[in-house]
Amino acid sequence: MRVGIVCPYDWGTPGGVQVHVRDLAVALQRLGHTVSVLAPAETGTELPDYVVSSGGSIALAYNGSKAKVSFGPRAARRVRRWLREGDFDVLHIHEPMAPSVSILSCWAARGPLVATWHSSMDRSRALSAMYPIAQTALEKVSARIAVSEAARQTLVEHMGGDAVLIPNGVDTSAFGTLPALDGWPGSGGALFFIGRIDEPRKGLQILLEALPEIIRAHPQVRLLIAGPGDVDEFSASLPEDVLAHVTFLGLVSEEEKIRAFVSADLYIAPNTGGESFGIVLLEAMASGTPVVASDIEAFARVLEDGDAGALFRNEDSADLAQVINELLDDEGRRADLATAGLERAREFDWQTVAARIVDVYESVTVTGERVTEDLRGQVIGRLSRRSSDRDEVEL
Amino acid sequence: MKDWMTWVLIAIVVVGAIVVYLSSTAGRLDRLHHRIETAFAALDAQLVRRSAAAQDVASSGFLDPASSLLLSSAAQGTLVANPLEPQVRAAAESELTRAINAVFDDPEVVDEIREEAHPDEVLADQLLSELALACRRTELARRFHNDVVRSCTQLRRKRVSLWFRLAGHTPMPTTIDFDDTPPAVLSEL
Repeated sequence: MRVGIVCPYDWGTPGGVQVHVRDLAVALQRLGHTVSVLAPAETGTELPDYVVSSGGSIALAYNGSKAKVSFGPRAARRVRRWLREGDFDVLHIHEPMAPSVSILSCWAARGPLVATWHSSMDRSRALSAMYPIAQTALEKVSARIAVSEAARQTLVEHMGGDAVLIPNGVDTSAFGTLPALDGWPGSGGALFFIGRIDEPRKGLQILLEALPEIIRAHPQVRLLIAGPGDVDEFSASLPEDVLAHVTFLGLVSEEEKIRAFVSADLYIAPNTGGESFGIVLLEAMASGTPVVASDIEAFARVLEDGDAGALFRNEDSADLAQVINELLDDEGRRADLATAGLERAREFDWQTVAARIVDVYESVTVTGERVTEDLRGQVIGRLSRRSSDRDEVEL
Repeated sequence: MKDWMTWVLIAIVVVGAIVVYLSSTAGRLDRLHHRIETAFAALDAQLVRRSAAAQDVASSGFLDPASSLLLSSAAQGTLVANPLEPQVRAAAESELTRAINAVFDDPEVVDEIREEAHPDEVLADQLLSELALACRRTELARRFHNDVVRSCTQLRRKRVSLWFRLAGHTPMPTTIDFDDTPPAVLSEL
């Protein structure tokens, strides 16, 4: 199948949507489909051969964060040209309401359109100025996908539509393939945390509050911390006896991250909220490292309410210490959780997820209609479409 | 004189705006009706595919005779149901879903089928995964169809569509409702 994918955000900037599009494109190609991705990209950005640039991008505040997008007549022309040259069986638009090439391609294309909603949106934003544009986008899309329950709720509650829930995939093949960091995990018990060290939502503070109690039970325990943030300033705020058990890695490369996951007996995710999906949990599970996570909704779902990893009461460091202590003492249970975790991670693997997305493609393309340019609204185009429609009838 | 011209101009602009609004709403309705047709054709194709897949499993000889008979008669039922009577057809499709669920109720049935199929396990796997695929896609296609029907009825119930009869003589679309939940054993294939 020839699949066109539209990514609204700058290809060179790291972000959840870009990673999703990249992994999906790779997985689809592995399944034997032809893929072309249209995304904004600065000139000079190195692009994989399946990515077509829609031109440079502008940084814009959108839905609570900064996004680099491209729009305007130039981008619109590039969208139309890409559609004509691509001759796609199905067009898959990501974040269709982002003010970028996504909404442009929604307007410029007709035929089997699939859209994926990634982020949730508050009611006022969804209903305000966006509404007429969003409505038109919704009406043109044949199949809607949401990557999380929160994103689906946005559609259901504010826009009067529904979506099929297909979660993010995780390319787990790389995890668990590299050796542990030198000297880790050791025999005294090793814990691993990854995330911004100075962002309260990531919950490092809760883990550090639990640490003295863990040290009392396991005097040799060590905590490995990876993630950006000012290490000097942060470690100055810690008491000496706790600091002696902590190792900071700072911002790590992908390779170091893969190694760090297998360098610990337990991976700890004390996040206090704001997570829609626990990709990092799946990375730990795919590495074969048992997970201890706060019982926020997104994590409980990924961990199957505790079957695929241990849960503790959110923001309760005493409970966290108890859960960790029990697990450090129980090698058998750790092995069970690791096995269950590996299995669960496989369910989220991109090959599985991509196959489900292909099911969606197949169910909208079965009539054989292809993606064509929508010339509605363009007077000359309208006339030419009339005549081409007539040609179809004659055939 | 000037006063008079201003009023004419205002009237022209207002009428023009109304015409543009009505024409664009009519265009939206037209597009939605077209999409309902394609979505229905897609659903129809998946349903036919599901019936065929069920029939293939039934006549493979890998099932016990009772299951074969049940599945086969339900599949036949969907093929002979009059497509012009949506309710009759929906009932037949629900019946097929129930038959599939009854046959694949037991999680071990897949292993038993493979055993029975020996040495043709590959063929058995093909037949089963085709049925599983058709079930999954039927579910999706029905959802997508009903989604667009809902978008369309929403717009058609608006006063502007009713007063100006923007939908023309196209009958009000209806959602298609039947049981299409595949058994757990199949959705894992």
